Amino acid sequence: MREKLFETPSQTAGPYVHIGTAPQSIGRPGLVGQPGPVIASDTGPAITVEGIVHDGAGAPVRDAMLEIWQADGAGRVGPHGFFARAVADFDSGLFRFQTVRPGAHAQGHAPHIALLIFARGINIHLHTRIYFPEDRELIASDPDFARLSPEARDTLVATPGEGGNYRFDVHLQGPQETVFFDI
Amino acid sequence: MTGPDFYRRDRSAHPPAYAPGYKSSVLRAPFRPLHSLEQTSLERSGPALGHAPLGPLDHDLIRNAAVDGDALGERIYVFGRVLDENARPVPNALIEVWQANAAGRYAHVKDGYLAPLDPNFSGCGRCVSDAEGRYLFRTIKPGPYPWPNNGSDWRPAHIHLSIFGEAFTQRLVTQLYFEGDPLIPLCPIVNTIPDATVIERLVARLDMRNQEPFDCLAYRFDIVLRGRRQTHFETRPEGA
Ligand SMILES: [Fe+2]
Repeated sequence: MREKLFETPSQTAGPYVHIGTAPQSIGRPGLVGQPGPVIASDTGPAITVEGIVHDGAGAPVRDAMLEIWQADGAGRVGPHGFFARAVADFDSGLFRFQTVRPGAHAQGHAPHIALLIFARGINIHLHTRIYFPEDRELIASDPDFARLSPEARDTLVATPGEGGNYRFDVHLQGPQETVFFDI
Repeated sequence: MTGPDFYRRDRSAHPPAYAPGYKSSVLRAPFRPLHSLEQTSLERSGPALGHAPLGPLDHDLIRNAAVDGDALGERIYVFGRVLDENARPVPNALIEVWQANAAGRYAHVKDGYLAPLDPNFSGCGRCVSDAEGRYLFRTIKPGPYPWPNNGSDWRPAHIHLSIFGEAFTQRLVTQLYFEGDPLIPLCPIVNTIPDATVIERLVARLDMRNQEPFDCLAYRFDIVLRGRRQTHFETRPEGA
């Protein structure tokens, strides 16, 4: 029996993450096939999700890099899944994804988007989920929420805007702290 | 289709979120413990970024932003294998890298360090692991640089790495350091990891046998991603 190896330890992505992961955001040419913030698909309704990552003092995290991974509109993952990457605006801190509303990929679970957050000062990336306000009933019966208070649950549900636009703010720390997962 | 679960992440093998010696972590670390969930097919699968073709010079940071000559600095290969916790190779892993130039300056709008930019160097590269998990990129050794933390702290020479394995659970962003650098034990970011044996896993080793004679030194750095739990079905070779 072979001994288990140790996972390589994480280190912060630091403030210059754009160079390697989103060069177009600092005025350099993008690379072939490099993921950006837009997913185009006719498998589901087009939506946008935008928001700001806030630190414990309420300040926007302007150096954040965010990644999403989700099922397609029909709830299919694996080769049908969608990945996208966005960076916070250098002035406002706003990030914005354009995607499709995912279908449910697991029975009894509410549809959601997996979201990873990288930034200076984040030593190991944070993993959270974006759920949708129209799915209140599914969320209420989803076993993943069984051990969460209603307030904690609310940190994972996007706020509806007009025409398929959602707002999802992340609070890294404090009374409104977003729920982060170990999965 | 998406296979067995991955081992839970051993958080003692990573830096904690809150590490006050690194001041930026103080307001950016969650207070509450992480909420554990079972993995689903979403986390057990991931984007196939390492299956798509890359640009021909993406792995060569000495040339991929060259305007009128090679990037300046100590020429090096960084190479190794991408493995999982079961010591199996991870093929088609995408590795994105970014780094400062030989003088310690980043080609980034937010870096105001007085050291000069190199017009032939962007510090951006990518490569993909092969069927045996092997990867390689060519670059110049980055310089150390100062940053405001406890006054003027200095980063050891380092290369930032972003790795995609086959599953989203394996996602990892880290930094590699260079064997023998006296700045490693002084760095507040390195020291977010409290255990010296864990820090050693981030140190690339000089490998003279793999140099390019009269051209380029070589540093070896193996990367380990999370592995799938072993079930008794899995004594068969993969694909059987
Ligand atoms: Fe750096």
